Amino acid sequence: MKILVAVKQVPDTATQVKIGADRRALDTAGITWIVSPYDEYAVEEALRIKEKRGQGEVVAVSLGPDRVKEALRSCLAMGCDRAIHLNDPAWNDADTLATAKALAAVIKQEAPQLVLSGRQAIDDDMGAVTAQLAELLGWPCAYWIMEEAVDADGKNVRAARQTEGGLEVFDLPLPAILAAQKGLNEPRYPTLKGIMGAKKKEIRDVKAADLGLAAEPAQLSIVGLEAPPPRPPGRVIQGDVPTAVKELVRALREDAKAI
Amino acid sequence: MANAFWCIVEDDRQGMPKKVMSEVIGEAARLAGGQVEAVWLTDKASDAGLKQLGEWGATRVWLLANAAYAPYRSEVWAGAVAELATKESPKAIFGAVTSRQREFVARLAARLGVGLAADCVAFAMEGDRLVATRPIYAGKLLSKVAWAKGPWVATLRPNVFRPAEAQPGKTAAVERPSLSAPAAIMKFVERREDVSTGLPELAEAETVISGGRGMKGPENYVILEDLARVIGAAVGASRAAVDAGWRPHRFQIGQTGRTISPKLYLGFGVSGAIQHLAGMRTSKVIVAVNKDPEAPIFKIADYGIVADLFEVVPALTAEFKKLLEK
Repeated sequence: MKILVAVKQVPDTATQVKIGADRRALDTAGITWIVSPYDEYAVEEALRIKEKRGQGEVVAVSLGPDRVKEALRSCLAMGCDRAIHLNDPAWNDADTLATAKALAAVIKQEAPQLVLSGRQAIDDDMGAVTAQLAELLGWPCAYWIMEEAVDADGKNVRAARQTEGGLEVFDLPLPAILAAQKGLNEPRYPTLKGIMGAKKKEIRDVKAADLGLAAEPAQLSIVGLEAPPPRPPGRVIQGDVPTAVKELVRALREDAKAI
Repeated sequence: MANAFWCIVEDDRQGMPKKVMSEVIGEAARLAGGQVEAVWLTDKASDAGLKQLGEWGATRVWLLANAAYAPYRSEVWAGAVAELATKESPKAIFGAVTSRQREFVARLAARLGVGLAADCVAFAMEGDRLVATRPIYAGKLLSKVAWAKGPWVATLRPNVFRPAEAQPGKTAAVERPSLSAPAAIMKFVERREDVSTGLPELAEAETVISGGRGMKGPENYVILEDLARVIGAAVGASRAAVDAGWRPHRFQIGQTGRTISPKLYLGFGVSGAIQHLAGMRTSKVIVAVNKDPEAPIFKIADYGIVADLFEVVPALTAEFKKLLEK
């Protein structure tokens, strides 16, 4: 079974972000980049499916500039067999829909039986590409999945998705798309052997023209970035616990009107 | 109606729209100058639910009632709403940030070939265009976005927008459009209900209590639940507490958990790592209790107490009980 995992490279959560000179994009100087955590759950799950079946191929795909190779290299170090890098200035302003279109075109070429990705990337938190990919391909899609099981003959995947108040279990005929939620698994750390082996694995560069795609205007554009307004300074309530608690309850009731 | 703002109804799966819909409808009405229509995909609409949507300000309800709409499947919902939108040309399509609507509107936007702005916290009409504001990079920045063309598809973060004031007696015209038979690809197997805590749902609660690493163990969350019952709060946890296995993941607040925006957030033994702040920094009033005066959460807290939470929580429960019994 061939499984494709779509991943995104994002700034590390703890990294400081600065607005760039054009006020529309980040100043990327000094940023530490990581594979978006939800996408790591997707990579891990794909590897587990392959290992359980004892055969198959896991292909990692990512869209972005040259730095994205590093993210693909970590997927290869975890155990993916090869990688595809959608690397073209035509995608510089890609919104979720343009990204989904590029991924859909690769998926049509690669023809995997299963596509996995994270429920959202932790940079822009849009959480849309996986669903849009499913729409463009006409495939079924289960979001926020906590469990999955591909049946023995590779025709169907049973997936449990997280919803408010409970899990909903569905059967999806393959090919299908799954969006990973935290709790699906615990991603492995690459071993030294994995890291060394990753250097020899293929990362294929793909341009928009290779997929028969041309640059198209984004349907959603960033007008501007700004820092959130600072919160008014708070106050630490002094005194022993009984005094402080009384004062907190009074303040929440009378000043903040929050209770 | 061609100038209408559509609001996709989030319901309790039992025939009643959820409270968050008063916020979605309220914001849509302010932007649309009143032309707000609800679109409700359900297998069990109730008269009480239709009445509620009307009182919140929907002038019309597009009622798509069909057993195939529950439980939600993206391919079925997107097909139905896209077909209706193509006929009716709404100006905007708004949903609430819930697990299913986040997926659904993304798929719908792709089907319609338009942009999507997810998890918005503010909107403004600038001339003829809508500009949405949404937090990015764990809430460290705000991004203002605009659409190349309509309909403008967006989801709204719960508890952020001012709810519509219910107008008793106001009713919505109910339309039952005839649409193509839904073509489902996914087959529903079963629903496994979470064990109920008897407390409000995390994402929608107006008051949220959160316990972090300072809780020291799963057995201690009972003191937070006692407090929660007194003030009607939901109880969540930080990533540290979830990763330690003290609470199931569905209770996690933060970047890899739920994003919440309650009127009141109370954090106990929560340090305030960026990844946690990402999930709660838009809360209106933030209270932090931590033994460590250097804990980063005090930087964004409106009220802080530097003390042992195991002394503070029971005292707070008793004090609130006194206040609320008055």
